[in-house]
Amino acid sequence: MDRVDLTALFLHFLALWFVAVGGPSTILPDIHRYLVEARHLLTSAQFAEIYTLAQVAPGPNVMYVTLIGWHLAGWAGVAATTIPLLVPATTLTLLVGHFNERYPDAPIGRAIRRGLMPITIGLMFASATILMRAVNHDWRGYLLTLLTVAVVLRKSWNPLWLLAAGALAGIVGLV
Amino acid sequence: MEQTESTKPRIGRFALFLTFSRITLSSFGGALFWARRGLVERQRWLTEREFVELLSLGQLLPGPNVLNLTVMVGYRFAGWTGAAAAVAGYLGWPCLVVIGMGVLYQHYGALPQVQRALAGMSIVAAGLLLATVIKLAMVLPRRWRPWLFGMLAFVGVGIMRWPLLWVIGALAPWAVLAAWKEKE
Repeated sequence: MDRVDLTALFLHFLALWFVAVGGPSTILPDIHRYLVEARHLLTSAQFAEIYTLAQVAPGPNVMYVTLIGWHLAGWAGVAATTIPLLVPATTLTLLVGHFNERYPDAPIGRAIRRGLMPITIGLMFASATILMRAVNHDWRGYLLTLLTVAVVLRKSWNPLWLLAAGALAGIVGLV
Repeated sequence: MEQTESTKPRIGRFALFLTFSRITLSSFGGALFWARRGLVERQRWLTEREFVELLSLGQLLPGPNVLNLTVMVGYRFAGWTGAAAAVAGYLGWPCLVVIGMGVLYQHYGALPQVQRALAGMSIVAAGLLLATVIKLAMVLPRRWRPWLFGMLAFVGVGIMRWPLLWVIGALAPWAVLAAWKEKE
């Protein structure tokens, strides 16, 4: 692994986050391209391992960028990949949040919120089905996913138990 | 700022920090399920509808949509320091956890049991996300137009696998225009 240019890493992630409309999955391919193909900082297998690890860690899935930073350059790397994540949220989002709170009844704000709602739900449904297909390899997996849906919709059990049950099912080889 | 916030409950920064810490530390396999559960079901700070509305704005803005939601919820209840407290809770812990897991993984990651447990958990996590979307879809008005836009967004991204930006760019203006004309 070559020496890591932290400034370049920081600036690249910063630029990416400003165009990451629709969430982290939109810029994932470019992060992969930059780190693996352009800079040779990680192998593709390392990238996939780090990504999977962050998916199963508690917290937002986007934390894989933090783990990449840690892997590349320790705490300085963490800062270089994680701080850019915060920049759009602390500038643009605060600005939009401010106007949304200040003028909650502005017709344009209401039209945007109402108009986007179904699109958001459709996109989340797409994410859920893509994820379902990615993690399941046979009918037993799908059955567990659908069983989870049924339990969540009908019971108010703490879902951490469901996750624990999933882990157990994985260990004993049921799924 | 004071007068616009008078109708909303005033929630302290520490409560925001704690709630978002709790949400994020429960968030295995994605934060959306736990954000809705924490904010709508447990704390009742937002209605189902307000949750989807803020999430939609978060989706339109660059960056992770639940992070954007976190910023807006913190700001709504306690100004910009509230937003800072909510974000500190939401991102601070996972940052430490993920690094801790990175260190552990170097030692134990290759164990097949660990990998199989992780696989089982992601299968359940997919179900949690799907259930959340079904619950949220219940707030959509029972009219054909919103459901059509939702269906088009799903087909474009979920089935055709077109880039998200194109799909949003193609659908959002029409959806907003339709919502604008619908209400006086």
